[in-house]
Amino acid sequence: MNSRTTEILVGFFMLLFFLAMFVLAMKVSNLTSLTSTEGYTVVAKFENIGGLKERARVSASGVRVGEVTQIVYDPENFEAIVTLKIQNTFNSFPLDTTASIYTSGLLGEQYIGLDPGAEEDFLQNDDEITLTQSAIVLERLIGQVLFSRSGGS
Amino acid sequence: MSRFLENFGAYWIGILERLGRATLFLFQLIAAIFSLVKRPSLLIKQLHATGVKTLSIVLVSGLFVGMVLALQAYNTLIDFGQEERIGTLVALTLVRELGPVVTGLLFAGRAGSAMTAEIGLMKATEQLSGLEMMAVDPFKRVFAPRFLAGFIALPMLAAMFSAVGVMGGHLVGVEVLGVDANAYWSQMQSSVSFTHDVCNGLIKGLVFGFVVSWISIFEGADCIPTSEGVSSATTRTVVYSSLAILGLDFLLTAVMF
Repeated sequence: MNSRTTEILVGFFMLLFFLAMFVLAMKVSNLTSLTSTEGYTVVAKFENIGGLKERARVSASGVRVGEVTQIVYDPENFEAIVTLKIQNTFNSFPLDTTASIYTSGLLGEQYIGLDPGAEEDFLQNDDEITLTQSAIVLERLIGQVLFSRSGGS
Repeated sequence: MSRFLENFGAYWIGILERLGRATLFLFQLIAAIFSLVKRPSLLIKQLHATGVKTLSIVLVSGLFVGMVLALQAYNTLIDFGQEERIGTLVALTLVRELGPVVTGLLFAGRAGSAMTAEIGLMKATEQLSGLEMMAVDPFKRVFAPRFLAGFIALPMLAAMFSAVGVMGGHLVGVEVLGVDANAYWSQMQSSVSFTHDVCNGLIKGLVFGFVVSWISIFEGADCIPTSEGVSSATTRTVVYSSLAILGLDFLLTAVMF
């Protein structure tokens, strides 16, 4: 086979590789959703975060608006400090927004839901969300139900 | 009894000797790679022989592996009402494991054995000594282009395998079994990470490419220069490459994920 044909075929091979990488990057993996990492951070303190993990989604009305970037434990106040990064386009959350930890579905992963309040001022970078609602721990819930049952009878 | 011990020892010493020779061979190979900068046409030719000619088998297998994965995943997940998740399952399985591993096995069978047979025959017909006579270094002229081509081609083929496999999963899952197309892609995107999954898959491909090319070329260059020697060297290439790929895959998975 002459070298020109070989070169064309190898070029075609390279092209296919770039195409495959494009598919893997854009269609298969989350590279597109990572591009909008610009945002502002707010912290929220929770009594109990249940099974919340870093990179969990933060949503308002079910729409993704940001993600959890850091979770640390505060040994002085015995609380979990969760840092949220919210995209710059969603910069109009009132100061008295409530952050709650929800579970998607019965057994799904946990995420943070933001319920806007009524204040006129908006959340800024490094602000703290003071109204929080901890995760519902299933065992504790069952325990309460059992306790109230046995107490009532 | 002493005869048995002698044979036993000789066997293991022989293995050690081969391993040592293979390592020295690898150093010479890597040293010879840099001379390719001056003669890229040799590399292009080998990329054609190893990469382009393996393309068809890799693409067809990728398509069918993706289709089978989607079908099996659907049959299991439908019981839980989670059939949208087949996108996640197909993509993660392909990108992390099956893409590099199956491509590596196919590559060892298709391109690795061809490399061993070619080099072994060159040795048997004394073409390699002929080159040395003419003061042409066979490492620079024959081995290094093949090594580098295998090293480059395998991860590329693995990426194509995964991409085609995802398409095959789409074909069966969405077109035939009726899973929602948007759910298929969005479930996939939310759980496959580019840096963590796709790039680690590529690294696996690079490692397998390195090992398979090394084994193939060494077996060819080290074979007994007879027709029997060449045939047993070709067999060894496929066996050792496959074992190395599967063993290394376990190690790499344990380190990466």
